[in-house]
Amino acid sequence: MSANARPLSPHIQIYRWQIQMMTSILHRATGIALAAGSLLLLCSLIALASGTETWAQISGFARSGLGTFLLLGWTWSLAYHWLNGIRHLLQDLGWGYRIEQFVRNGWLVVAGSLILTILVWVCVFAQRGGA
Amino acid sequence: MSTPLRTPLKTALGLGSAKQGLHHFMVQRITAVALLLLVPWLIWLVLTLITLDFAAAHALLAQPWNASLLLVLVIAVFWHAQLGLQVVIEDYVHGKGSNLVLQLAVKLLCFLGAAAGVLAVLKIALGR
Repeated sequence: MSANARPLSPHIQIYRWQIQMMTSILHRATGIALAAGSLLLLCSLIALASGTETWAQISGFARSGLGTFLLLGWTWSLAYHWLNGIRHLLQDLGWGYRIEQFVRNGWLVVAGSLILTILVWVCVFAQRGGA
Repeated sequence: MSTPLRTPLKTALGLGSAKQGLHHFMVQRITAVALLLLVPWLIWLVLTLITLDFAAAHALLAQPWNASLLLVLVIAVFWHAQLGLQVVIEDYVHGKGSNLVLQLAVKLLCFLGAAAGVLAVLKIALGR
């Protein structure tokens, strides 16, 4: 190993975490989560097509603790992937590549995804409370 | 080009070594734009659905515009998911066999998901 003194990229333990890599990793992670979540969405569509009992089962699951947790995760994943997807499409057009813009837009996406998730769930709890 | 064996046709077609050219890149972005527009509508739909009983939920999705948008959504979601997961697997799964098995599984599952989703929407829209 000592003979091979070429420069190495930093080991993951000393790698400085930064918003640029975080947004990229999160885009992939939320994409994978959404692919799994789309199967849940598919189940509810099939349940609605199947009849009253299956629909009651799936809406019961959606209101359970686990169902709420999964839907909460799905909402944030969707909000993040949606906002960061807009950022990526704008980057495809050549916008937002200056370092300070890139960093600012990354934080905007993270903050925006949390705000959107809270907004949606305020609506959810308002409607669930009424029903 | 310096290589005499490369024909001008290869350059003209511009499909590269994967024989697909920009196809993956373009479809990923076309489905992205479709989903960009459809996701706010989906959120509205889900927030409306949780207030409704079975009959009302069924009737809401059976409306032609809702059913049409849902059809496009189902196809765009599973297409976009397949393209995205394909890149993730290409990047992180290096074994030839495991890569092949995973790529095939993702493609088949996404195809099944899209088919089942389309069938469910059609049954809701045309059934009764």
